[in-house]
Amino acid sequence: MDITFKNVSFVYQQHSPFAHRALDKLDLHIPSGSFVAVVGHTGSGKSTLIQHLNGLVRPTEGDVWIGDFHLNAEHKPKNMKELRSKVGVVFQYPEHQLFEETVEKDIRFGPKNFGVGDREIQRRVKEVLPSVGLTEDFLDRSPFDLSGGQMRRVAIAGVLATKPDVLVLDEPTAGLDPRGQKEMMEMFYAAHQEQKLTTILVTHSMEDAATYADHVIILNKGTKYMEGKPEAVFVQKEALQQVQLDVPEVVRFLDLFEKKFGMSIPYRRQSVKDIAKAIEKVMTGGSGHE
Amino acid sequence: MRSKLIEFRNVSFRYGEEQPWVLKDCSFEIYENEWVAIIGHNGSGKSTIAKLMNGLLFPQRGEIFIDQKPVTPDTIWEVRKDVGMVFQNPDNQFVGTTVQDDVAFGMENRGFTRTEMLTRLEEVLAAVGMPAYRQTEPHRLSGGQKQRVAIASVLAVSPQVIILDEATAMLDPKGRQRIMQTIKDVQHSKDITLLTITHDLHEIVQADRVIVMNDGQLWDEGLPREVFSKKDGLKEIGLDTPFISSLAEELKLAGISLTQEPLNHEELLEDLWTLHSRT
Repeated sequence: MDITFKNVSFVYQQHSPFAHRALDKLDLHIPSGSFVAVVGHTGSGKSTLIQHLNGLVRPTEGDVWIGDFHLNAEHKPKNMKELRSKVGVVFQYPEHQLFEETVEKDIRFGPKNFGVGDREIQRRVKEVLPSVGLTEDFLDRSPFDLSGGQMRRVAIAGVLATKPDVLVLDEPTAGLDPRGQKEMMEMFYAAHQEQKLTTILVTHSMEDAATYADHVIILNKGTKYMEGKPEAVFVQKEALQQVQLDVPEVVRFLDLFEKKFGMSIPYRRQSVKDIAKAIEKVMTGGSGHE
Repeated sequence: MRSKLIEFRNVSFRYGEEQPWVLKDCSFEIYENEWVAIIGHNGSGKSTIAKLMNGLLFPQRGEIFIDQKPVTPDTIWEVRKDVGMVFQNPDNQFVGTTVQDDVAFGMENRGFTRTEMLTRLEEVLAAVGMPAYRQTEPHRLSGGQKQRVAIASVLAVSPQVIILDEATAMLDPKGRQRIMQTIKDVQHSKDITLLTITHDLHEIVQADRVIVMNDGQLWDEGLPREVFSKKDGLKEIGLDTPFISSLAEELKLAGISLTQEPLNHEELLEDLWTLHSRT
């Protein structure tokens, strides 16, 4: 589903002394099937943006389209439930939302709520388990006896079982160890490709954004500050520092390398291996340019 | 000679009779004014170690000493004066309705005089860069500011050791850097022993020594440089190495022989430059 924000503002506690403008005339377009990373420091409006995507809040001004669903201050789609069944949101620390007696009941809760038939749910439960890296022997266990990482997988299975078209991920790897982080991101990337999802990743990790996203949107003070392909956005060191963000470590290194050696190795999201090869070339007298 | 501040002697711990051992026969020592980082995958026993240090948990086997005192149910109140802790979620550790009440809470419990409380309050809020927020309600602070107040509260009662259990995990990268800078400044000015439990590779690189936990056992300990040279092993136990270590590894594979395991960009570039000027 295509997602479009047109001139969207959102004000918390409007008409009160605490009024706070979290989104400010935000325009953006996310084409169906893309993997977009939304990056911005704390308070830049990322969470408010997410809440618009499945109609938890409606814009104070402006228009939001999620596929055919249209939201604005006056207009609320009648079929809000249908919108929510199309947009799956994995909130921060989703394991805090588990509540059922067994893993199976917890995974079934979402699709059941959206009126999916019993046999179809059965089929989906079996289907999503391997994609989150769990096996069927987990189904009868209490989610509260699992490790933090396993609990998070159960919560994500519950979202995937609703078969969303749009998957929204809010800092999905926070608190996991490095291997857990990598496995989790690989899992989302596989789901994105297999199920042709439109995926929106909200993250602090420039590295994850550079690895998985095909488009990056930088938010600042509730509005779009920059956007483009990761390799174009992530080399703009000064502009990013202006909004309290850092370039990925590899870009920082290549920058220092150029200063020291007077030769540049352009950042193209290449692997560490390829960077090592390019350095070796410079060292042995070749040029960094190809 | 450096004096021992914390000692684990053959410590084993499990959460219940039927449960698996979370720590298995762990022994290590931490010295005064040292900064030690503990790393390990989720469930490797890192946080359990922190909880054992100030008597939130007690081991089934082995002994723990803080400043020569054994940690037992009888000594925990003494021990807790020496060991301050800051946890991952700043929202779970506030008791006061304003920043200054919160910082004062620990001091009141220890029976500090009012004059002394006021002096220290000024001092610790200045140390963490929060003097302007004395009267602010904690819930109006950002995550990073909350963690700074939590650190100030711990500092106010002058512990000998501060444990940061994933205390920066919920902050954004800039917030993390600022907190770590605050902590470094404080450590230098106050002679405090620091124990950080973390996944953040940048934090580990700055520590004096690293302890690597795997499945409840001490897998390795040493200087950050030594630990990060064992890349294959670290990967096997679910950990990562910093970008700069991975790059050094790939450079070696590409036929460039570095003179040492680099810890930061400057070291690696310096090494490359030296090699380059020789050819």
